[in-house]
Amino acid sequence: MTGISILALLAFCKYRKFCTQNKIMSGAILGFPIVFFAISAMEENFWIQFRRPDNVPISFMLWFVVFFIWLAMKKGVENDDRIANGQVVYEAEPEEEEKVFVWPDLVYTEMICLLLVSILLVAWSILIPAPLEEPANPQLTPNPSKAPWYFLGLQEILVYFDPWLAGVLIPTFIIIGLMAIPYIDPNPRGNGYYTFAERRNEIFIFLFGFVILWVLLVFQGTFLRGPNWNFYGPYEYWDVHKIVPLTNVNLSEFIWARWLGVGMPGFWLVREIFGLLLIGLYFVVLPVLLAKTIWKKFYVDMGMLPYVIGSHLMLWMLLIPIKMYLRWTVNLKYFVALPEFFLNI
Amino acid sequence: MIKRLKRGFADFTRTPVWKSVFRHKMPKDPKNRALAVLTNVFLHLHPVRMRKQGLRISYTWCMGGVSFFLFLSLTVTGILLMFYYRPTAQHAYPDMVDLTESATLGLMREMHRWAAHLMVITVWLHMLRVFLTGSYKPPREFNWIIGVVLLVLTLLFSFTGYLLPWDQLAMWAVTVGSNMARASPGLGVEGPGSQLMAIGDIPLITAGSDVRFVLLGGRFVGEGALLRFYVLHCIGIPFIFVMLLAAHFWRIRRDGGISGPGKGGPLAM
Repeated sequence: MTGISILALLAFCKYRKFCTQNKIMSGAILGFPIVFFAISAMEENFWIQFRRPDNVPISFMLWFVVFFIWLAMKKGVENDDRIANGQVVYEAEPEEEEKVFVWPDLVYTEMICLLLVSILLVAWSILIPAPLEEPANPQLTPNPSKAPWYFLGLQEILVYFDPWLAGVLIPTFIIIGLMAIPYIDPNPRGNGYYTFAERRNEIFIFLFGFVILWVLLVFQGTFLRGPNWNFYGPYEYWDVHKIVPLTNVNLSEFIWARWLGVGMPGFWLVREIFGLLLIGLYFVVLPVLLAKTIWKKFYVDMGMLPYVIGSHLMLWMLLIPIKMYLRWTVNLKYFVALPEFFLNI
Repeated sequence: MIKRLKRGFADFTRTPVWKSVFRHKMPKDPKNRALAVLTNVFLHLHPVRMRKQGLRISYTWCMGGVSFFLFLSLTVTGILLMFYYRPTAQHAYPDMVDLTESATLGLMREMHRWAAHLMVITVWLHMLRVFLTGSYKPPREFNWIIGVVLLVLTLLFSFTGYLLPWDQLAMWAVTVGSNMARASPGLGVEGPGSQLMAIGDIPLITAGSDVRFVLLGGRFVGEGALLRFYVLHCIGIPFIFVMLLAAHFWRIRRDGGISGPGKGGPLAM
């Protein structure tokens, strides 16, 4: 799913003009989620998950994320055409620059929004009762045990990383990374209007993080993870007895036991030396190599410190899909497995 | 009839009571429209005049405003819920049942829950809009940081509130979430580096002194956690949140209102 969505996002950015200006294609993009959910809802197992009261907003969120990205891209493409033709962007048209009074124009707009949201909220509250399960019981663990839905992206990452990374370090990096954006983004253009061509790297990286590594993982954790946190297809019955073989292997076992055929060394530093070297290369040597080669432009534009921070955040972000693919293809468990120190990467 | 009502209203606007509240005439001309905004403590968060482009829903998606309105709805419904709810292991769940079964305006719990879910979504979409219009760029860098903190606080709001119904869903969701704290590097009992924090054989960090214990007020999600989450949810986080909200709004004004390409900017001709 991650692979398909990355390709879809790439294709959407590449063929953005066709995707947003062509009416049929736009209809297909915006209509597909609705048709998919409408048809799928007829299937029993899909409907069981879909109709859960807490899952309803997630389905709506998915459509709104698609809609707003499509809308922003459409306006961006139009502005890019204007810039290419030497015109000002739409937001800078003299008519749009005109000043209007806040009373009544803005105040009334706000009031109409407020009324619409109130109506939506009341109607929703009447239609769907808030869930209330059995009283809390520390002796009875439900299966699956899920975090609140907005943290399910992190719980999904927990499949691939230990809690100290998935639950503590990665969320911290997300927060720091978001805060750092204005200071590590060297591009002064695209401030205050929609565009894609002027900011393609920034927008692609952000959409990659937001849509694929956050929203889609929330979706996956909500709808596709059943008992024992096993993966279930959208139309699959959540069978508690589904058996998924656990055959994950550490990098150190790969090297010492399988390739060299000599048994695991006793001392942890010798045992995990390859994994530690690999992680060291990834986070220390790779940014330097990239600064000299394909990321040279970033290094020159950003300067030393922003590049160091930015490249490390970027590498952390990329480590998530890298680890996912290694798990799916060669069943890699950990690069570095140091249960002695609770330090597994 | 309507004529008479109109005249009655006009008479009312001439009374000393009306004049003491509204220090301007009906906002029908530029001067009084400006005064309507300037002399009202709530409206004066707005400028008097703004660029037409900042009004466009297709530009702003109205997501910041909707988030704020949802926050207000959550405050109102939350206060009403507090009348009925006692944060103890004995009372919390039965109070929940009473709320749905017998309280007048029993819709409050639904409205509170759905508005909370919705607010998480609108805050994410607000962030997406601000990013896609490049509105975090100078001079608005710092306001973006305040926004990120508000986003985190929104999630913490929702997380602390998730425990309060005291049902299976609540307890185990919070158990899953708070188990992460156990693995905090250097602060959690099962986090990397916890072995280093020991004097001889005596560990400094145990399940009874790590960061998870601080969060839950106990070794598991129990009554201590319920009280802590209740106080954080109703008093602690709102206190910080409202202050940052004020700073967020104030900075929008200070940094030049809703973002736009700007007159005299490189792209305006």
